[in-house]
Amino acid sequence: MTIAEPVFRRRLFLRRSTALGFSILCVAATLLAVVVLGILLVQVASKGLDRVSWDFINSFPSRKPEDAGIKAALWGTLWIMGITAIFAVPVGLGAAIYLEEYAPRNWLTRVIQVNISNLAGVPSVVYGLLGLAVFVRAMQLERSVLAGALTMALLVLPIIIIAAQEALRAVPNSIREAAYAVGASRSQMVFHQIVPAALPGVLTGVILALSRAIGETAPLITIGALLFVPFTPHGPLDKFTVLPIQIFNWTSRPQEAFQQNAAAGIIVLLAVLLTMNSIAIFLRNRFQANARG
Amino acid sequence: MIDEQLQNAERLVPVPSVGRPEPRAEVSAPQKAAGIASEHAEAVLEARGLNVFYGHFQALRNVSIEVPGRDITAIIGPSGCGKSTFIRCFNRMNDTIAGFRAEGEVLFQNQSIYERRIDVVEVRRRIGMVFQKPNPFPKSIYENVAFGPRINGYEGRLDEIVERALHRAALWDEVKDKIRQNAFALSGGQQQRLCIARALAIEPEVILMDEPCSALDPVATLKIEDLMRELARDYTIVIVTHNMQQAARVSDWTAVMMMSEDRAGECIEFGATNEIFTNPKDKRTEDYITGRFG
Amino acid sequence: MGVMQPEITTGVSRIRPRGPLEARLRNTREAIVTGLLFLCAAVSVVTTAAIVLTLLGETVSFFQDVSPVEFFTGTKWTPLFTPAQYGVLPLLAGTLLIALCAAVFAVPIGLITAIYLSEYAPRWLRAIIKPMLEIIAGIPTVVLGFFALTFIGPEIVKPLFGTSQIFSALAASLAVGIMIIPLISSLSEDAMTAVPMGLREGAYALGATKYEVARRVVVPAALSGIIASFILAVSRAVGETMIVAIAAGGSPNLTWNPLEAVQTMTAYIVQVSLGDTPQGSLEFRTIFAVGMTLFVMTLAMNIVSQYLLHKFREVYE
Repeated sequence: MTIAEPVFRRRLFLRRSTALGFSILCVAATLLAVVVLGILLVQVASKGLDRVSWDFINSFPSRKPEDAGIKAALWGTLWIMGITAIFAVPVGLGAAIYLEEYAPRNWLTRVIQVNISNLAGVPSVVYGLLGLAVFVRAMQLERSVLAGALTMALLVLPIIIIAAQEALRAVPNSIREAAYAVGASRSQMVFHQIVPAALPGVLTGVILALSRAIGETAPLITIGALLFVPFTPHGPLDKFTVLPIQIFNWTSRPQEAFQQNAAAGIIVLLAVLLTMNSIAIFLRNRFQANARG
Repeated sequence: MIDEQLQNAERLVPVPSVGRPEPRAEVSAPQKAAGIASEHAEAVLEARGLNVFYGHFQALRNVSIEVPGRDITAIIGPSGCGKSTFIRCFNRMNDTIAGFRAEGEVLFQNQSIYERRIDVVEVRRRIGMVFQKPNPFPKSIYENVAFGPRINGYEGRLDEIVERALHRAALWDEVKDKIRQNAFALSGGQQQRLCIARALAIEPEVILMDEPCSALDPVATLKIEDLMRELARDYTIVIVTHNMQQAARVSDWTAVMMMSEDRAGECIEFGATNEIFTNPKDKRTEDYITGRFG
Repeated sequence: MGVMQPEITTGVSRIRPRGPLEARLRNTREAIVTGLLFLCAAVSVVTTAAIVLTLLGETVSFFQDVSPVEFFTGTKWTPLFTPAQYGVLPLLAGTLLIALCAAVFAVPIGLITAIYLSEYAPRWLRAIIKPMLEIIAGIPTVVLGFFALTFIGPEIVKPLFGTSQIFSALAASLAVGIMIIPLISSLSEDAMTAVPMGLREGAYALGATKYEVARRVVVPAALSGIIASFILAVSRAVGETMIVAIAAGGSPNLTWNPLEAVQTMTAYIVQVSLGDTPQGSLEFRTIFAVGMTLFVMTLAMNIVSQYLLHKFREVYE
């Protein structure tokens, strides 16, 4: 039985129209995301751009919105990020090296791998609860930079491990064979050849993980970071606040002036993130060019 | 003392080769032609009844070959018959493959290298390997050659070792001005010679070559074949090749491997190269050489 | 140990042959390195164990004062008032309401965007859109919360629905939806690009339109990967804290009406942490019980989504 010509023509027209309609829908949906991003940036800029100034960056928060600044929050963020990196990067890289180069392919390794994937999906507040129970109370670090940094280190650890594993996996196997063939032991092969070759990828992953951590608010609130901090930390045991918490604080106040402060703080935060991501992309491109000669 | 220095001088400046060198004096030509070299030439490497398994799959069956010292031995055969698996047994590179199991004996200087007490790193230092696709490290030319001696605990000046190895690999003149440049800047043939220099830098006694020219153009191939003949004066060379003309051009001895019905590789014939190619004993060898299959 | 050979002297520089002592030293060094690296990997296992033990411990202690039945079936959550009531359902409802509204908004957009990027978009356009989606994914949630409170609420929800209050589940869930769109679109797109070209070509050769190929060939082939992305996105939405803390409201409210203000489990934890509740008190321990519920929910969703992703990868690799 064949399809009659007019029936086929009509169906074809319907099919073509559906296809066209869908294409339009596709473009609209994709554009929506882009448009929303644009609106967000414009709105933040319009509220806050005027407020951003050197005074703003260099003042402490205050009850009066005109005098308030993000100095404490900015320094707090730097302290937290620094100490987080000190803990998270070696441990994360070490774990990735173990899983990719040393671990036997057995059930235990699979369990560790699955566990890391699951940890990456745990809500950040839960890490805050963990930090509260273990670092603040059990280890009695109180609401210090150290407690906050250790909590954040646990939070970013799975991300660093996954990124580093991918970077190590991308190193071609021929290099491993070549190293073995000249009489290298496993650790010599790994640390002299594989890790240096994977370093750009690892670095990119670390920077991206840290840039995610900078925006994290909930775990630090849970371990007790303060909302109103009129000083910068001088040591890892000091109390602290961070940029996103300061923004949260201002956002929660009804006065319009505080809203403007929040917008200005957001601009600073986004600027920091933009810088970090640009560095990551720059490093990745530069190292890739280098490695291939 | 003077002897040593003369030896060193020879090694520093490669003597241009004039065709294939005369075979070693230990074995007379007619004896070699008769394929009974094993009784007289010193066998540096030997496989006795070697069976290799990957998990349940048997890759090699009952291979017995003696590789004479300071000659070039070629291993030929159709693809998939286990040639690479075989030579990788000699420097224990197959250890890195999961499921690998070897039964039988593999001997280096009459000592089994698969015993528990054997130091794998030392084996690999003394039996070097060059791979099919040139695989220099993503570092400078200098670093590529220096890596081996450095991790093996050299004594002396690294610069000297690097320069000497590059000379022996006939690469020094081409790279001496850019020795700190990235190795990937070199052409394919140069990269392969760099890999040979890297293998030479650790002073091996044997060099295993797994189809070293298959990824190179004909000009680069000829350069490496010349180099091989030159190196055979001081090193034992085993080369796997699927190119029969190359085996005929370059080698003193040839082992022919074939795949049996159950896909396990076997060595069906071994002898002096000109004997194998002019007067093969096994019909399968003859078929393969004349191109009836493979 | 080691193969017996005379020294190989080559003039000034030489490589000494190895003795048994050297090999043993090397083996010790290797063992130490392996051990240290294993410890690094073990940190992740210890972290999970610590999370489970901490939450479990505090929750068990909580359930000695409050009955689990009341907790899981009660409809009023007022731990800080008298009489204190500990029914978690309002918080749970708030979380689910926001997550589901976000999904209703984000899933179609994310999926269609993924289809567009995978099947339609020219390369240059992909190179522009994909980074933009990554930027959206990288926006800190406080910023999205601010956006929800100062723009989505007043400029979109209010005019559209005429509500008069500042906080609403809808405003927050739209922002949460924006947050999870990149997650859905990138994972779904990965799943779709993994479908071999051959499947598509077979359909094109029969005269199918692009839409038909996408709908009848590619999406069904990539389905388990796509569903995995949905589940993962919902899990992220459930665990989201700051957007809802800023824009959704501050008191628990058992309702299915997205125009009302609600409080989620995550926002409650933050609220208590900001307050003066003494540590170790019953009120304080509620955050661990709520946290446990949250953890179990997201863990279950993550496990299911990992399983689906794994199953999908196996088919195509």
